[in-house]
Amino acid sequence: MPFLIRQTLIYAVPLMVVALAGVYAERSGIINLALEGIMIFGAFMGVLFVRTVQEWGWFQAAYDAKNYLTLQGFCALAMLFAAMMGAVFSLLLAFAAINLKADQTIGGTALNLLAPAVVLFFIRILANQNTLNMYKDDAASWFMLKKSMFGYGRKEEMNFLGSTFVDKVYVATYICILVFIVMSIILYKTRFGMRLRSCGENPQASASLGINVIGMRYAGTVLSGALAGMGGFVYVLTTANCSANGDVAGFGFLALAVMIFGNWKPGNICGAAMLFGLFKCIAASYSTLDINGDGVYLLKNLNINTNIYRMMPYVITLVVLAFTSKSSRAPKAEGIPYDPGKR
Amino acid sequence: MKKESFLDKAGTRSVLASLVAILIGMLAGSVVILIVGLTNPSLGISGAWEGIRLVVGGLFATGRDTVGNLSFGFNPASFGNMLFRAVPLIMTGLSVALGNKAGLFNIGAPGQYLAGTAASLFVALSVPTSAVPAWLVWIMALLTGMMAGALWGSIPGMLKAYLNINEVLACIMTNWIAANAVTWIFDSSSLKNVLEGTKSGYIYKTSTVINDVIVDGVRTVAGTNIPEGAQVLSTRGGVATAKLGLDSLFTGSQVNAGILVAIVIAVVIYILLSKTTLGYQLKACGANRYAARYAGIRDKRNIVLTMALAGALSAAGGALYYLSGNTEFFWNTYQSLPAEGFNGIPVALLAINNPVGVIFSATFMSMLQICGQKLTELTAYNEYITNVIIAVIVYLSAFMLVIKTWIGKLRKGKAVEK
Repeated sequence: MPFLIRQTLIYAVPLMVVALAGVYAERSGIINLALEGIMIFGAFMGVLFVRTVQEWGWFQAAYDAKNYLTLQGFCALAMLFAAMMGAVFSLLLAFAAINLKADQTIGGTALNLLAPAVVLFFIRILANQNTLNMYKDDAASWFMLKKSMFGYGRKEEMNFLGSTFVDKVYVATYICILVFIVMSIILYKTRFGMRLRSCGENPQASASLGINVIGMRYAGTVLSGALAGMGGFVYVLTTANCSANGDVAGFGFLALAVMIFGNWKPGNICGAAMLFGLFKCIAASYSTLDINGDGVYLLKNLNINTNIYRMMPYVITLVVLAFTSKSSRAPKAEGIPYDPGKR
Repeated sequence: MKKESFLDKAGTRSVLASLVAILIGMLAGSVVILIVGLTNPSLGISGAWEGIRLVVGGLFATGRDTVGNLSFGFNPASFGNMLFRAVPLIMTGLSVALGNKAGLFNIGAPGQYLAGTAASLFVALSVPTSAVPAWLVWIMALLTGMMAGALWGSIPGMLKAYLNINEVLACIMTNWIAANAVTWIFDSSSLKNVLEGTKSGYIYKTSTVINDVIVDGVRTVAGTNIPEGAQVLSTRGGVATAKLGLDSLFTGSQVNAGILVAIVIAVVIYILLSKTTLGYQLKACGANRYAARYAGIRDKRNIVLTMALAGALSAAGGALYYLSGNTEFFWNTYQSLPAEGFNGIPVALLAINNPVGVIFSATFMSMLQICGQKLTELTAYNEYITNVIIAVIVYLSAFMLVIKTWIGKLRKGKAVEK
């Protein structure tokens, strides 16, 4: 059970953050189909940051001194860097969609094509292979919290809460949850957030009240890029051993589905992400999953093909969308370029 | 006077806008190469210059001469391979273009491509060629593939038409379902290549001859070397697209008659869209679904039909590519989607959704791929730069309208100067 909860969280949290990224863009009126591309770009930049800092030897010093706080600090810095780079990358979409009134679907697709191309081009040149790994050692032992850090011995077991939420988890996951909560509050409880949302519903009315629609849409897209970039880095950190290979396996698109499933609302998105995380987790590790701890691998004994588990998140998305599409409420002005003269 | 009216025509302006997009894309690629060359001492400016020359003219690259300089000239293998690789791109390009004409963004081409690939491989490798002539198996395989693609494409079509689910999202989901389903189907099939011991993870080429034999009472498969005393039950495989002498025209390449099939299909789609009632209805639905319904056009049926047709086209791309007999399918595909599917999007955009234009834009894309290949072979750069160029072109085509007005303004400015 602790394993299931822990792994579900690890898959669900990047999904949640990236889905919120989608919400920020769409609530301001821009369809951000580029989430996948921004994730790929952010992941690459984050890994590159970690790799470079490692190369300078700062990591090794902190690691040798068992200064785990500094290590986590570096990890947080890498997240920040990935977020910044994601924001910069999303400016491409913002510029095309807002200033040039481009087709946002095609613009987003372009970014989705551009990100893996650029990233793989540079990875090949930097690393002479298709994967950019960390400079030294694997990420798990550098950024993962372990019970030994809290004075537990090899044989000692932590209690249920400890082994679920402390042992073998990443601080990055919790930072993401915090960011998710803060950003959700900003979207709903501050003046900025409400103005941003109004631009996705009726930008002309917002403009008549003195709101800078163009500025708000830029803010929405750039914040979206930042969240997606960070989500991308956290995804590769926690599930791909901190190595970038120009691919996040459709996670960005899955996040879009989570966003629609969650009806563009943070609370629902959180629930939807958990559901998807659970299925991702089951697909990845059903054969060694011991749900109630009695030593019986229930799901393995069911003898269902792996590919069915892998398909599940996508099939469920379609089924759920089929049932909820009638009541789903997308922002009214999303995808429509802002034209001040149109009332 | 006559010349001016030609340049002011909307069609001319569209082609010009596409050419501008290509030019800027190439320029962006060159700039990236230059920057990498300048910051990388082992490459330097001369390395960058070689890279840029290969990006632009890689099709004509013939390797390096004895001194180590790049040599250029007519390269029949590159030309033939360009035509060969254009086939799937033409088909997926047509698929996306057809969708765009009917107002549907068909990002599901990769999944439909996979569905077509799987179905046609299954038919081509399962139907015994000892009983049915190989050419008939080939046709059956192509048609089954297209049918599978049509079915797969109609799923997002129906979701869109009857449940109003965004087709982009539905397509993306069906893509990943297809990737997993295809892996599953082949994983549990007997079509994994076991005859060539060095290959793992691949399906037989359709040209492989597989003999189902019984050796000492045990049923097994054998290649062309049938073990002594074995009883041959049936023979499968040995299916490949006819070459029609194209291989002797372009020696050393993989080209076959598939390119002719693709061109014929493109022309058929052109006629369908511009000369038939059905084509008119599809376009009317694309322009305004509700107005079309008001005019008595069955919009829901047309949406499903469009997606089914688009699916069949993408699927034909996959079928034609793998039925060629010299390509192998990597069956464990659940983690990645075929690039040919996604590249249908830039092909269609660059051709401004014109089916005949798709032939040319697809050939251009496959030329870029050849250039990328040469770049990897001959320099320290790699083929991903061509994907950068393609992405830049797609980015530009998102605001093609702006470029078109810009060209228009340029023309007007010149007219004033005169």
